[in-house]
Amino acid sequence: MEIVNILIKSAFIENMILSYFLGMCSFLAVSKSVKTAFGLGMAVIFVQVITIPVNWLINFYLLGENGIFGIDLTFLRFILFIATIAAMVQLVEMFVEKVSPSLYNALGIFLPLITVNCAILGGSLFMVAREYDFPSAVAYGFGSGTGWALAIIAMAAIREKMRYSNVPAGLRGLGMAFILTGLMGIGFMSLMGIDPKALMSLP
Amino acid sequence: MADTATSTAPAQEKEPFFGKKERRLLTDPLNDNNPITVQILGVCSALAVTTMVYPSVVMAIAVTFVTAFSNLTTSAVRNFIPKEVRMIVQLVIIAVLVTVVELTLKAFNYQIWKQLSVFIGLIITNCIVMGRLEAFAMANKPWRSFLDGIGNGLGYSGILIILGVIREIFGRGTLFAGSPLEIDIIGAGEKFMINTTAPGSWFSWYSNNGLMVLPASALLIIGVIIWIQRSSNKKLVDIS
Repeated sequence: MEIVNILIKSAFIENMILSYFLGMCSFLAVSKSVKTAFGLGMAVIFVQVITIPVNWLINFYLLGENGIFGIDLTFLRFILFIATIAAMVQLVEMFVEKVSPSLYNALGIFLPLITVNCAILGGSLFMVAREYDFPSAVAYGFGSGTGWALAIIAMAAIREKMRYSNVPAGLRGLGMAFILTGLMGIGFMSLMGIDPKALMSLP
Repeated sequence: MADTATSTAPAQEKEPFFGKKERRLLTDPLNDNNPITVQILGVCSALAVTTMVYPSVVMAIAVTFVTAFSNLTTSAVRNFIPKEVRMIVQLVIIAVLVTVVELTLKAFNYQIWKQLSVFIGLIITNCIVMGRLEAFAMANKPWRSFLDGIGNGLGYSGILIILGVIREIFGRGTLFAGSPLEIDIIGAGEKFMINTTAPGSWFSWYSNNGLMVLPASALLIIGVIIWIQRSSNKKLVDIS
């Protein structure tokens, strides 16, 4: 039950983009068409599901006081986390290329770009800050990735429609994207009052 | 903020220490090539830390420091980095600098460190840093890369401080709250310059705008900043 709770919470109520505003750079830069947005969203889910549990293991077994070194090494956290993410993204890239060349071609440049997506490192740091256990970390990875993917797909769909609207010249493109994201963020705030636990205990 | 680069250096000697090109590296990111409003880099932190001016200033200094020195370091070792592992090398350089900043801040100003929390760590993935490394430092000499880093850091700082000022005045009625320079402008209470609860006050209708404290307001304000900037700077307008 706790896991379902975390899934819903991380995907909607604590949505990475629309509630925490992490991963905005690629969100704004890549959301011009639904097709590429979908590809990037899938890649983010994939990387998030792998890196958060791996970083959990590193944090618990290497850096913690009851890890194999027996001393507090948490000052190395940033370096190890980001190295894990960079290595994982590179691994995922090689894996996808081998297993499914068509998917690899569809994702193209967006796969390596995930390394500098704040949502990925942010997810790992939140995982540490909230002291999740291992199953929760897996659920959190999947949930937060899904939330990110949903948000970027929604944004791309709106921006495709915006192309046919008469927007003032200075606001066209990027300016409008910022304002739209702001409005979507305000919309998502209405989800904040929902308590997943209460939702599940309904008859 | 028009460019007034009127350097009168005639026939350029080879690579002046601080000539026209070097000055452009510093002034371009302030307007024409602003990291936030034009390059779309480093937006996340701009939204999260700008509810007040003081944390935004600290964040701006931290990012400028990291961009400048990571640009310098990467540029110095750029010829020794194999292309396949360049991302990891760049990230390690950035992570070391960020760890230095974080530990320094934690030692000297614990309050601000707590307030900025994960966002100091997230400077690592601040796209400005990595973006400038990829776009500039990997192909230029150390001194120029250093200037480029400072220029982009300043462009970022400018937007951050504008956002911080607007959001703090309208969201809380204060300016520089939390620092020794704190100014209380408008609000309910004796300590504010305009006390809305004073008897016969002209501002008794006033209350703080709660939206300004939320990250969503930063997006709306950046949208308006882009609008203003592009209205005065036509070449930035999106034609597509």
